Amino acid sequence: MAKVLVVTSGKGGVGKTTSTAALGAALAQSGQSVVVIDFDVGLRNLDLVLGAERRVVYDLINVVQGEAKLSQALIRDKRVETLSLLAASQTRDKDALTEEGVGRIIAELREKFDWVICDSPAGIERGAALAMRFADVAVVVTNPEVSSVRDSDRIIGLLDSKTLRAENGERMEKHLLITRFDPAREMRGEMLKTEDVLEILSIPLLGVIPESEEVLRASNVGSPVTLNAPTSAPGRAYMDAAKRLKGEVVAMTVPTERRAGLFSKIFRRAA
Amino acid sequence: MGNPSGRQVRSRNLSVTDVTSAARPSIRFRGHSLIALVVVPEEPVSDWLAHLDGLAQRSPGFFASRPVILDVSHLPHDRDSLRALVADLFTRGIRVMGLEGADAAVLGPDLPPVLTGGSPTGQLEIPTGKLKTQPNGGPERPRPASLLIEDPVRSGQSICFPDGDVTVVGSVSSGAEIIAGGSIHVYGTLRGRAVAGSGGDTKARIYCRKLEAELLMIDGSFRTDDEVQPELRGRPVQAWLQDGAIALASLD
Ligand SMILES: Nc1ncnc2c1ncn2[C@@H]1O[C@H](COP(=O)(O)OP(=O)(O)OP(=O)(O)O)[C@@H](O)[C@H]1O
Ligand SMILES: [Mg+2]
Repeated sequence: MAKVLVVTSGKGGVGKTTSTAALGAALAQSGQSVVVIDFDVGLRNLDLVLGAERRVVYDLINVVQGEAKLSQALIRDKRVETLSLLAASQTRDKDALTEEGVGRIIAELREKFDWVICDSPAGIERGAALAMRFADVAVVVTNPEVSSVRDSDRIIGLLDSKTLRAENGERMEKHLLITRFDPAREMRGEMLKTEDVLEILSIPLLGVIPESEEVLRASNVGSPVTLNAPTSAPGRAYMDAAKRLKGEVVAMTVPTERRAGLFSKIFRRAA
Repeated sequence: MGNPSGRQVRSRNLSVTDVTSAARPSIRFRGHSLIALVVVPEEPVSDWLAHLDGLAQRSPGFFASRPVILDVSHLPHDRDSLRALVADLFTRGIRVMGLEGADAAVLGPDLPPVLTGGSPTGQLEIPTGKLKTQPNGGPERPRPASLLIEDPVRSGQSICFPDGDVTVVGSVSSGAEIIAGGSIHVYGTLRGRAVAGSGGDTKARIYCRKLEAELLMIDGSFRTDDEVQPELRGRPVQAWLQDGAIALASLD
């Protein structure tokens, strides 16, 4: 049965698009069929991170408005054939997204894929609201700093009230993904401690992705870090997070050897 | 129609003595602070009223005995249309205690007064559950004057319960607020705003297991985070009103 997953955060620039691409590619590599959808109408990015920007003919808005069929708009990845992309429109207005249209597309994608991953825009407006509207599972992306955590908290409140699932009285599965984590800065007290972030947000931890040059390098060559550098620290962290999404139990280690002890401790608390 | 929002209306206690005529007793005034419901009609008004009827059907008693403020700042109006609207609301059991954003030219003794100085308290949750009536049509049981919240209260959420105490089992986030007519109990960390005694209950208190609040308010008196003694931060604390000011003490 297909799972619809939204990658969301409230705050901008925390790593939603990076995480959508990395988790989508990791799940696809493990044999699952995956479609990633860019909801950031007007500021599309996911096509770039996946290196598909020159292959976009039709986009989400075209399909919502009935100008193209879903099959015409889906772009299949050249490296992993079980991974597809539905791009956002760079030129259209985000008001062109309608709840009815998005609902219809998601229902159709549910028939075809194991995972439908929605890359939410920042903020809490229409685009973000529609990206989460039909989700079964949410990955809340947070950087270990105060404003990001507060925005994530706000988003969790919306996930629990404004999604179809919440309105039907069903539970929304939520996971916390801490990204751009820098152990040295955490030690110096320049970043919130992982334990504090977990305490404030009180949802289970999916993974901790370290700050790394590899992420920039991967997006510059248009390849998710889990394909471009699967054995790098962020690559391994995303691979593990993808396994946990599938329900596998993987010990929580931060992918830099020094601090493994702390994270196995946190994992026990959050599990 | 959007959700109605709450508005805190506050005034100070006054006692005015007329010094020129010492023979007469002083005239006493009393302050009163309450949460009013602000309703914001939209055009076309007939559609909006139809929406309102739907809401009243889903949540019977929602408007009963609530002070209501009519915000017409976005509604083109003249004296006659405003009078008609107030009358339309009256027939629905909604008594308008004041106007906001009304054109000064249309005001008169036949319309409610214009209010200023209220402070918004955020959206009020409209109860979706129907009022419970006994299966045999007998009288309803009185509702206990307390509200239990088992989930964390997240940033941006506003819980408003003018009728009594609010108990939160989890934490109240930074950017969230609890407004209670009575006392507030938070068994997690209180990081947001807690407003107790919102209807003028000077006996109301605020209790929390870990104090990191942005604001504590009881019956209009408040303390911000800056004014909390450092040794009480992060501790189990209670707050109450003493001589018109907020007092704090550790609970352990
Ligand atoms: N773990 C990381 N290490 C280093 N850089 C990172 C990491 N994660 C993300 N970045 C960088 O941060 C920037 C923002 O990332 P991304 O576009 O994924 O964020 P976003 O949340 O999708 O942003 P928006 O809100 O604008 O959609 C990018 O330049 C990305 O390469
Ligand atoms: Mg993005």
